Amino acid sequence: MTNHWIDLKNSDCILIMGSNAAENHPISFKWVTKAQEKGATLIHVDPRFTRTSAKADIYAPLRSGSDIAFLGGLINYILENDMAFKEYVINATNATFIVGDDYGFKDGMFTGFDEAKHKYDKSKWKFALDEKGAPKRDMTMQNPKCVYQLLKKHYSRYSVKNAVDMTGTPEDKLLAVYKAYASTNKPDRAGTVMYAMGWTQHTVGVQNIRSMSIVQMLLGNMGVAGGGVNALRGESNVQGSTDQALLYHIIPGYMPTPTTAQPKLEDYLKLVAPVSHDPKSMNWKKHYPKYAVSLIKSFYKNAEPAVGYDWMPKLDAGQNASWLVLFDEMLKGKFKGFFAWGMNPACSGANSNKTREGLTKLDWLVNVNIYDNETGSFWQGPGMDPKKIKTEVFMLPCAVSIEKEGSITNSGRWMQWRQQGPKPLGDSRPDGEIIAELADKVRALYKKEGGAFPEPVLGLNWEDMTSAHGFDVHKTAKLINGYYLKDVEVKQPDGSMKVFKAGTQVAAFPALRDDGSTCSGNWIYCGSYVGPDPKDNRSTKRSKEQTPAQAEVGLFPNWSWSWPVNRRVIYNRASVDATGKPYAPQKPILAWNGKGWDIDVVDGGGAPGSVHPFIMQVHGMAQLFGPGLNDGPFPEYYEPLDCPVSSHPYSKVLHNPTALTFKGEKAAVCDPRFPFVCTTYRVTEHWQTGLQTRYQPWLLEAEPQMFCEMSEELAALRGIKNGEKVWLENERGKLWAKAIVTKRFKPFVVQGNIVHEVGIPWHFGWRFPKDGGDAANLLSPSVGDPNTGIPETKAFMVNVRKA
Amino acid sequence: MKLSRRGFLKLSAAAALSTAFGGIGFAMKPTAVDRIAMLKPDWSKQTTTACCYCAVGCGLIVNTALSGTKRAINVEGDPDHPINEGALCAKGASIYQLAEGTPGQKNPRLQKVMYRKPFGTKWEAKSWDWALDRIAKNIKRDRDATFVTKNAQGQVVNRCDGLASVGSAAIDNEECWAYQAFLRSLGLVYIEHQARI
Repeated sequence: MTNHWIDLKNSDCILIMGSNAAENHPISFKWVTKAQEKGATLIHVDPRFTRTSAKADIYAPLRSGSDIAFLGGLINYILENDMAFKEYVINATNATFIVGDDYGFKDGMFTGFDEAKHKYDKSKWKFALDEKGAPKRDMTMQNPKCVYQLLKKHYSRYSVKNAVDMTGTPEDKLLAVYKAYASTNKPDRAGTVMYAMGWTQHTVGVQNIRSMSIVQMLLGNMGVAGGGVNALRGESNVQGSTDQALLYHIIPGYMPTPTTAQPKLEDYLKLVAPVSHDPKSMNWKKHYPKYAVSLIKSFYKNAEPAVGYDWMPKLDAGQNASWLVLFDEMLKGKFKGFFAWGMNPACSGANSNKTREGLTKLDWLVNVNIYDNETGSFWQGPGMDPKKIKTEVFMLPCAVSIEKEGSITNSGRWMQWRQQGPKPLGDSRPDGEIIAELADKVRALYKKEGGAFPEPVLGLNWEDMTSAHGFDVHKTAKLINGYYLKDVEVKQPDGSMKVFKAGTQVAAFPALRDDGSTCSGNWIYCGSYVGPDPKDNRSTKRSKEQTPAQAEVGLFPNWSWSWPVNRRVIYNRASVDATGKPYAPQKPILAWNGKGWDIDVVDGGGAPGSVHPFIMQVHGMAQLFGPGLNDGPFPEYYEPLDCPVSSHPYSKVLHNPTALTFKGEKAAVCDPRFPFVCTTYRVTEHWQTGLQTRYQPWLLEAEPQMFCEMSEELAALRGIKNGEKVWLENERGKLWAKAIVTKRFKPFVVQGNIVHEVGIPWHFGWRFPKDGGDAANLLSPSVGDPNTGIPETKAFMVNVRKA
Repeated sequence: MKLSRRGFLKLSAAAALSTAFGGIGFAMKPTAVDRIAMLKPDWSKQTTTACCYCAVGCGLIVNTALSGTKRAINVEGDPDHPINEGALCAKGASIYQLAEGTPGQKNPRLQKVMYRKPFGTKWEAKSWDWALDRIAKNIKRDRDATFVTKNAQGQVVNRCDGLASVGSAAIDNEECWAYQAFLRSLGLVYIEHQARI
């Protein structure tokens, strides 16, 4: 989230799209409802009429996978009707930038496509630069090569008719949404979006979100109270686990994983520190070398930074090691050992049969969980013969959340500390203890026997993560914040010198250094644990003290701690004009008082108008034109890889040409064997693959088994009655479900034809309960977004028949 | 006038402010009413936690028996928490059952280390020491066997290609950090988790 949960109440128009927040993030509705009570319009766009729709002022149905037609239409509506908030667009976005001559777009393809590699050469999409090396700008936005004009041209094809034709949304509903949302273009009005996996789980997932980001930039809705782009996020610490980089492509603090293209530390530091030639661009990433060196020192504090860098594993340049690739490689036999830690990939990964088959190729599997599950027990699952499966399996019991101490980070970037209630039950243990003890045993083996490249194994800084009793959560939290490794003398603003003694916690990331004298496990968390004592752990803060202005916008700066530097709304500098005056004076989140900034912690610093507002971008501007993505600088319409149409009106290119695909993965395009669109979702009473809910009778009683929601029209077509068992099937798998025949789904009219859509929850698995059904992902395809690799589990094709 | 239990407590104990929870970290004015302090029977301890389900981050109060079972007795929404203001959804309201199971029934949680040998047909209970020793040996054997110093192009990569990991968005920040540091020190690059799917 760019904003935070309470901030939803400040919105004038809330668009919920790609999410069913009322059922899946129920407490968010406390704040959505508060906004509605103050007069905000609530819009829900979704294939199915849910409880979110029931609360909405406008509900617009949309066929799964057609979001860019809907949102591209909204972009076009704003531009055609000249509704953009011009001052904001000129000063805060790259609308005025001139794009270089190599850029072009024709028939659904951008320039620079390599047919053989299915990849774009992104150097074709660069900005034209002036003699100083800063992007050329046309402040009138009339130049045909400026971003604003290119945007206008690109989306001129995104007509209302085309949107209606592809989404199946009735025209009056579509226009009602456009009108309501575009009304937030007034400087003092804010629109926000709440989205979840309904947007990400597509082969155009990133571009779905980009489309909405473009809308938000045009309307001046970024960085303001009641605005922003807000990913709701599904797991309690998925924000934190991403921040800490349990992902192949980043290391903690969103820095890229080193590759063979940066053989030495100096190459890496060059890569992470972009250069700006615009004096008003803060270009915050220029500080990344300090964060990178401090991170390396947190890993290997006794090694020189350059040596510590050599110890870090390198990807081959361009290598993709993301989830779908991982399981594809597993199936090919690449891995000997595998950890499924607090995860149940046998149900959660797309194309579950492929995933489950992959597990049989392992020599050993470590599965850490609270309950027995489909991953740990895969060898005794459907279609498996244990006597033929070589995999050695360890199932390790871990503690539940209330049994341990530590912090988690919510979607609003609040780092909140958990205290320990009861001790872990039975032999179960906190995950941290298991990790530290296992590492200790591995280290002992290397110490005793030597082995392949033992330096990083033996050199890792366990001293700062453990104490005599094992894993030490406070020490680790302090390491993540960072501390001085040497006495460091620093010049203060008043000219005096101050010495920070070795061992002192670093106060905030501007103090981190690139000479190896500081360590910090994650620069964005620097400022969270600022002294030696547990009371210096700001994530434990529970004070509701706030100024009247903070109270007005629901800002609680003394409750927990928010990264970065306790800033509660990021990009907040865009909420004020060049003199520091808030665009929305009735709900300011930032205001210049003549000497400093009030209300929230300002993005950047300095006087009003002195820096461009989007400080994390090299040019300081929000990117209407986004030249860094793998599938193009503007979102373009493509169908899901499994789809019910053979053409669309935007171009002749049916699918995203850069989508992540695998040999052998079959797509169903207008395949009469699989005529229905299928999507997946959650219910209030269950969570993820159901492991933390299926075993609770209170929850299971409410939602006991796999079901399939379908329209009355489809049920009549297939002779299915409410409550009957049905089979869903496609090339990948087969699944039974209880039919729920409902008015919540209605057939869509797409290009003049009727298209039926069905929906299934993904909470069930064969292991428990008996007769509960199996994983929805048995049917979903292992294809993914070209930028993130997130699988397309929200739109695929199936057949449905009576069992 | 009808008073709820909490309303009654609020009136009778408004002055009983906790020093343990009021404004930790900074010398701030304490909160006007500290409801945790009010919920403080002498036979249990009160701790605060954040919900383990979605990422709204609702606050909860856990009551744990100080004697006898020493298990959680009750888990409820934290009325002082500014996001949820005491409210919880069906899942959050069931965290007690997640940890403690159903009174009078066997708790279905995993409580022992379980092991399945290659080609085995059943689980066997094992000790932590036995299991972690064996996993550590497996890690070392296969890391040593699959470690790649240079790739096919002769570039230094210093990585372990034979091991992979997925997990976890369900563990704490400090655990996530320690886990990724451990995996990266072994040379793993196939490090993924829930955020990717």
